[in-house]
Amino acid sequence: MTALVEVRGVSKYFGNVIALKDISLSVDAGEVTCVLGDNGAGKSSFIKILSGVHQHDDGELLVEGEECRFSSPRDARERGIATVFQDLATVPLMSVWRNFFLGSEPTVGKGPLRRIDVKFAQDTMREEMRKMGIDVRDPDQPVGTLSGGERQAVSIARAVYFGAKVLILDEPTSALGVKQSGVVLRYVVQARERGLGVIFITHNSHHAYPVGDRFVILNRGKLVGDWRRGEIDRDELVKKMSGGAELDQLTHELERKLEPT
Amino acid sequence: MSSTADAALAPEPVADERLANIGLGARLMRRPEVGSLLGALVICAFFWLTTEPFGTLNGIANWTDVGSTIGIMAVAVALLMIGGEFDLSAGVMTGTTGLLMGLLTTEWGLSMWPAIVVTFAFAATVGFMNGYMVIKTKLPSFIVTLATFFVLQGVNLGVTKAITGTVRVAGLGDVPGYDSAFKLFGATFWAPHNFRLSVIWWIAIAALATWVLARTRAGNWIFAVGGDAEAARNVGVPVARVKIALFMTTAIAAALVGIMIALRLSSVQAGQGVGEEFTYIIAAVVGGCLLTGGYGSAIGASFGALIVGMAFIGIQFSGWNTDWRFLFLGVILLLAVLVNNLVRHRAEGARR
Repeated sequence: MTALVEVRGVSKYFGNVIALKDISLSVDAGEVTCVLGDNGAGKSSFIKILSGVHQHDDGELLVEGEECRFSSPRDARERGIATVFQDLATVPLMSVWRNFFLGSEPTVGKGPLRRIDVKFAQDTMREEMRKMGIDVRDPDQPVGTLSGGERQAVSIARAVYFGAKVLILDEPTSALGVKQSGVVLRYVVQARERGLGVIFITHNSHHAYPVGDRFVILNRGKLVGDWRRGEIDRDELVKKMSGGAELDQLTHELERKLEPT
Repeated sequence: MSSTADAALAPEPVADERLANIGLGARLMRRPEVGSLLGALVICAFFWLTTEPFGTLNGIANWTDVGSTIGIMAVAVALLMIGGEFDLSAGVMTGTTGLLMGLLTTEWGLSMWPAIVVTFAFAATVGFMNGYMVIKTKLPSFIVTLATFFVLQGVNLGVTKAITGTVRVAGLGDVPGYDSAFKLFGATFWAPHNFRLSVIWWIAIAALATWVLARTRAGNWIFAVGGDAEAARNVGVPVARVKIALFMTTAIAAALVGIMIALRLSSVQAGQGVGEEFTYIIAAVVGGCLLTGGYGSAIGASFGALIVGMAFIGIQFSGWNTDWRFLFLGVILLLAVLVNNLVRHRAEGARR
């Protein structure tokens, strides 16, 4: 089977800074690929290449086996790659249905009378949100009044509705509480069940472990490892993520300091 | 956590109990224009009861006239503010465009209609430049258009003096085509009360803007670029194009008002329009537009302009010194900003 998205030896430079070096990775349909890494590991640069915000300097990017290069987020979306950015996905003062269809509004009528099909937009939004388990009673409710998890759900539902084959989630749980994070993880699983390839960016291995089929760790712009589920346990994951030996060292030091003297 | 996978397959829609009591009242209060509508009613009632001429047809013709030229601009400025930008050159543009049309016709021999076309094209160009500079430099539009404001003010005075030797351009009434242009832009209707045609223009423009905002893709994009330009860009809204178009709309509206005023007086003062930009912004803010963008309405801005028009004429009818109108503008602006702030907090939610 051809992978939905595959990168081969991709690198990215910002001036003389090597943001990413020789990254290879593939994402299959119906799988959650977790990209883990500490701050500065290159996670953001990596997804920005996949979502069309940046272009890679070296290597290849293949969508369903076909090599391509995205010139804009719109370009990536047209190829079926939708990105839900952490905090930049919705406009808080706009209503749920306006946000849902923002940039791809359904219209009726022709010429100067071309207008948004409000009824269709509202009904569709409610239907899609219901599939995610959220009952939006008032479609005119501003998105800002939803909880953080629900707002992520709006973005995910929107991406799924507009035919995304690959869903990239950029730290969807980082700003959320425990309960809300659980809600978002459920949406991740749901998107997978619907046959999407999900790329889940996070620095929280506790969020990644329960939902991931595959774990990729980045550190300082390089690929540290790539494991299938079952090939690695949670503790090992945490250790690899934070640079293994360094964490051992830290634990050692902390324990010594905290010991009663 | 492994049980989430099973639970996710058939999620039961959960009704949010916190949404249960959104009644008609709360729903109405969510509309940006409600405050200005109430304000307009109060002010109208006050002057209607305390002064004699305010409620007569002649009186109404009077304050709707004042409201109309402010209102046309306030609607355009409101769209721009919803889109997250300001235009401080909007006031002086009414002077620049009037003067340009005057000079083209009286000094350079163009007849009225070609001059009007050139004037609109000129305004569109200035609007484009405002927008382009704001987008390219990423500077606040406040500063960029403040510069445009002073440049235009200087040009207005300098060029007018250099060409005519005075600070006004006069004699538009003798230009060929004046009569037909006047019929469209400057005339009155319903004699003997003489309502201005500009009132009809205002209502039509406000209705069009409302429709655009509420029902078109462009309207959706205007809210989005003002509400969160980054989020809008991420979903594929052409942010730069929307903002530049809004600056052009504002400048073109200023040209319309400038042409209207020039035609009805058949002359233009070089200082025309200076200071008016704040009146437009006040009308838009009173109408519920947030200074931070992303929220507001064209109807609200029209009510705001109506409040200003009623107050100006009402103060005059009351026999007070007309200088008091500035105090009035200041007070209603402050009130409106306070109310808007409350609205925004409720709409955005405390979590952000």
